[in-house]
Amino acid sequence: MRTFIIRRFLTSILTLLGAALFVFSVSRILGDPRVLLLPDQAYGITQEQWDELARQLHLDKPIPIQFGIWLGQLLTGDLGRDLADRQLIAPKLPQKVGPTLKLALSAFIISTLIGVPIGVLSAVKRGSVPDYLGRAFALLGQALPTFWVGIVGILVFSVWLGWLPSGTMGEGFSIKHYVMPTATLAWFGAAGYVRLVRSAMLEVLDSEYVKLARAKGVSTRSIIWKHAFKNAAIAPLTLSGLLLAGFITGSISVETVFAWPGLARFGIEAVWTNNFTVLAVLVIIFTGAFVILNFLADILYAFIDPRIRFS
Amino acid sequence: MAQAEIQADIEISVPSTRATGIAGVFQFLNRWPVIPGTILSIMVLVAVFAPWVSPHDPYQNALRARNTPPVWYAEGGTWSYALGADTIGRDLLSRLIYGARISLMVMAVALITGTIVGTALGLIAGYFGGIIDEVIMRLVDIFLGIPFVLMAMAVAVVMGASLTTMMVMLALLTWSGFVRNVRGEVLSLRERDYVALAMVAGASLPRILVMHILPGVVNTVVVIATLRSGQLILAEAFLSFIGAGIPPPTPTWGAMIADGRNYLRDAWWISFFPGFAIFLTVMSLNFMGDWLRDKLDPRLRQLSS
Repeated sequence: MRTFIIRRFLTSILTLLGAALFVFSVSRILGDPRVLLLPDQAYGITQEQWDELARQLHLDKPIPIQFGIWLGQLLTGDLGRDLADRQLIAPKLPQKVGPTLKLALSAFIISTLIGVPIGVLSAVKRGSVPDYLGRAFALLGQALPTFWVGIVGILVFSVWLGWLPSGTMGEGFSIKHYVMPTATLAWFGAAGYVRLVRSAMLEVLDSEYVKLARAKGVSTRSIIWKHAFKNAAIAPLTLSGLLLAGFITGSISVETVFAWPGLARFGIEAVWTNNFTVLAVLVIIFTGAFVILNFLADILYAFIDPRIRFS
Repeated sequence: MAQAEIQADIEISVPSTRATGIAGVFQFLNRWPVIPGTILSIMVLVAVFAPWVSPHDPYQNALRARNTPPVWYAEGGTWSYALGADTIGRDLLSRLIYGARISLMVMAVALITGTIVGTALGLIAGYFGGIIDEVIMRLVDIFLGIPFVLMAMAVAVVMGASLTTMMVMLALLTWSGFVRNVRGEVLSLRERDYVALAMVAGASLPRILVMHILPGVVNTVVVIATLRSGQLILAEAFLSFIGAGIPPPTPTWGAMIADGRNYLRDAWWISFFPGFAIFLTVMSLNFMGDWLRDKLDPRLRQLSS
């Protein structure tokens, strides 16, 4: 177990380093990163300022050293400046993390509460109408573009029916503003759960020990939840990395469509203003979030599944 | 006599697999991907013959046709603009048809490149093992760990959004999905006797990899590629939607949705139809992928997500 955790930990660090290296290399694709850091308006820049920027970025040193310096700055919390308004990026982040976390967390809870039972029901009642409805729900959730689902939602519930607001978080805590973004993101997440839980349950329900439990006369309910589900729950955990990645991508779509004032929205605005520094920081933050969550899922997985713990 | 009894027993113990009603429809569709197959064939044909089948020039604006509603609207609907027109009077159907061309072409190029690279790396990692394997697999871990959409956004800002950038980024998204499964297959294939015999017979290394091991992983590769293709279409659409994809005026489904976003009240069709086209394509590809997986490689079940 210890080797497993250490190994996973090192992989996580490696992934983060990879993300940093990726961002750094992208900033050097054009050769001179100064081109990237100057906004379009900066025509009137003097030679002194140009050289000053080179000094700030340590462009006179070899590239590996430049990368080391940049990495050191990142680790000490120096995330650079927003190119749009020349303000530091770091102080802007806390107010953007909150909305993203709230949205992701509520969607995560709802997709688990909906997706897991549907997956179990779908497997237990295999071949029945509820099974096909459950699978249709999952297929739709995975084939519909999340951002388009949001737009159609706005069309139906805001424009035509006028029941729900079309975007933003509203003033204070407004549950109405949460309904559509959460539902859109949760559908996508629940779809993943349904498919994973269903196939895992089917496999387990077909196993010898479930048959034995049936033969012993254990009640159906006890078989499904105690014997089968406990084992079937492991598979969605191992693939939670994939689910999480989908969730992160999904939240970018949802924040864009609903003008949700979170991190992803910040990133979209950065694309519109060619704001590379902001995107660089966001790549690292999202990779970090992904890596940490994945690492926790792995530990949980090792904790639950003795086959991992003792091998 | 005894045999007849046993047979009767067997017949009883096998439950009927024929379902009726909605379940029956689904079962039929599961066995034969008729609808997805038809949809995909139409998409491909229409994309290939776009200049001949599209009723209008997708770039030609006509202010008089601004916000023309779809044909079934009694007021203003016309067969000339069957699905309506956008805010500067470009025919939606024609733009959808040309959009299919772009989407499918970008997807195909990225998919083929990514599949070749991913399969090759999987073969190498599985066959050689050791440090090569370790390096390749950690690279896969890194790529799976960086959120693709943000990565593509950052690259689009630096390189400028273009068709080439898009294809390169999508190829980068594709390859990592193949390596782990191909590697796993190769690990068991290389222990087979026929591979050892090929070595004894003096077959060269490339020959063993391509002629003897590769055929064993083709099924897996085909299934993963089909399941991935839908994701590629979705990723391309989203990047074009946020303006980090293929720049306008090229008609892409994602950009068309973005075009109509601010006109939902007056012209909902501008955003609606491109999204529906994406949905139909991705749904059909996913169906095909599931079907192929069950036919060719049921062990990949867990890939369904």
